[in-house]
Amino acid sequence: MIEFTDVVKSYSVGTHALRGISMQIEDGEFAYLVGPSGSGKSTIIKLITGELKPTSGTVHVNGYSLERIRKRELPFMRRTVGVVFQDFRLIQDMTVYENVAFAMRVIGAREKEIRERVPYVLELVGLETKSRRHPKELSGGEQQRLAIARALVNNPSTIIADEPTGNLDPARSLEIMSLLQEINNLGTTMLVVTHEKDLVQRFHRRVIAIDEGLIVSDGMDGYFSYEDQ
Amino acid sequence: MTEWMGISAMKINNIGYLFKEGIRGIFLHGFMSFAAVCVTVACLLIVGTFSAVTYNLSLMITELNKTNEVTAYVDETLTDAEARSVGTKINRVSNIAEAEFISREEALQNFIADHSETEAFEGTSADTFRHRFRVMLTDPRLLEQTKADLENVPGVVKVKATEEIAAGFIMMQDVVEMVSMLIIVVLLIVSLLIISNTVKLAMYDRKDEIAIMKMVGATNGFIRLPFVVQGFILGMIGAGIAFGLEWVMYDAVVARIHEVDTFGFFTLVPFQELLGVMVAIFAGAGMFVGIVGSWTSIRKFMDV
Repeated sequence: MIEFTDVVKSYSVGTHALRGISMQIEDGEFAYLVGPSGSGKSTIIKLITGELKPTSGTVHVNGYSLERIRKRELPFMRRTVGVVFQDFRLIQDMTVYENVAFAMRVIGAREKEIRERVPYVLELVGLETKSRRHPKELSGGEQQRLAIARALVNNPSTIIADEPTGNLDPARSLEIMSLLQEINNLGTTMLVVTHEKDLVQRFHRRVIAIDEGLIVSDGMDGYFSYEDQ
Repeated sequence: MTEWMGISAMKINNIGYLFKEGIRGIFLHGFMSFAAVCVTVACLLIVGTFSAVTYNLSLMITELNKTNEVTAYVDETLTDAEARSVGTKINRVSNIAEAEFISREEALQNFIADHSETEAFEGTSADTFRHRFRVMLTDPRLLEQTKADLENVPGVVKVKATEEIAAGFIMMQDVVEMVSMLIIVVLLIVSLLIISNTVKLAMYDRKDEIAIMKMVGATNGFIRLPFVVQGFILGMIGAGIAFGLEWVMYDAVVARIHEVDTFGFFTLVPFQELLGVMVAIFAGAGMFVGIVGSWTSIRKFMDV
């Protein structure tokens, strides 16, 4: 579960990125986070992944209180949150299989577990036949699938997708969004940051709209309410 | 979960992985690794040479200083037997390596032998001289204290020592040791910076990988260790090569000195005798330079 209570985040340069955000995303829920550039979306993601600490207020992610989390606890919190980026962030000199296995290996998984889990996840995202390819040999959509597989492989309870379709054409974007829905159906909490209005409309899920560091709407029609203002 | 310096209790298969990654890092930046090893070899070779030179010089100075003897004069009212027995008391004083009895007669002979005009001393009686002990010290630095102790020995009336010469030797030894230490420290810092830079480059090249590792929940220890392994291996390779070269060079220098120095003024300790010290110096310096050099370079990459 993700819970923000009166979260304020100000940067030292004097920017107020978040000006009192409160929201709750339940376990197994699917939510979109929308808003214009500079509205505070990236700050919310960084607060969830523990890259930033709130100036005031509390942030709870999967049982961890991030405003007072100790440095050595942070890796263990991060294992509960998978992150997917717009630019994929894949390791180019590793194969598809190695990119996914790498995420398991660096948290100390056994080879046996890796050999069992990686093919399963690759099949889930539809890349089981391309495990020996390198990222540059894949299409944009496939690269994003690979990034999702990597985020998923350690079985996190939450996945944060930051503009996952930003670099894809409409057909591939739809595929990726459908894949994220499928993963959510398996029980993973999903928070998708996006600008894609059409996709948001298509899937009819909760939409949290923020602007200038404040939540301006939150609900099934959140995106439209935000647009109407 | 037990943690030490951010390193979780790791399984055996993880240690294998971390070593593999460390070695991969070496080959990924082959040229920089080669450069780091070369600089480490050069620095450790100079460090080793200075250590060997310092060790030998110290040894030579100590030996030389030991020849700077102390003379303890015995009370002239004592009989020959009583005078000799003072030796037992002298030997009980701390810091005495050896005390040799010199009778009046021997003292006279020595005196005459030291002067060219021997005729001038014909007829001189041995009674003019006193029985004495030629005393060698274990540690010449304690000369003053030992002299005072000898003066308190019953039967000893006067102690003669050339403190200025002893002080000169000690100062020479101190200067040699200090200069060597300074050079050793500077060279170690140079090696440290080079290794640190190599690892920094390796880390910079893999900063995206490190960011992904942080993002998926790798502990700092797990991220650090391959780079520390890399630094350790580079340091130890450098140390190994430097050690081998040092051995060859040292033996060559010893052989050359033996050829040239027919008077045996320079007595260098054979390398085999220095083996333990040298292995400790090279392995310690290699390990220190490798591990500390890489550990310090990693820190700034960890705040992701």
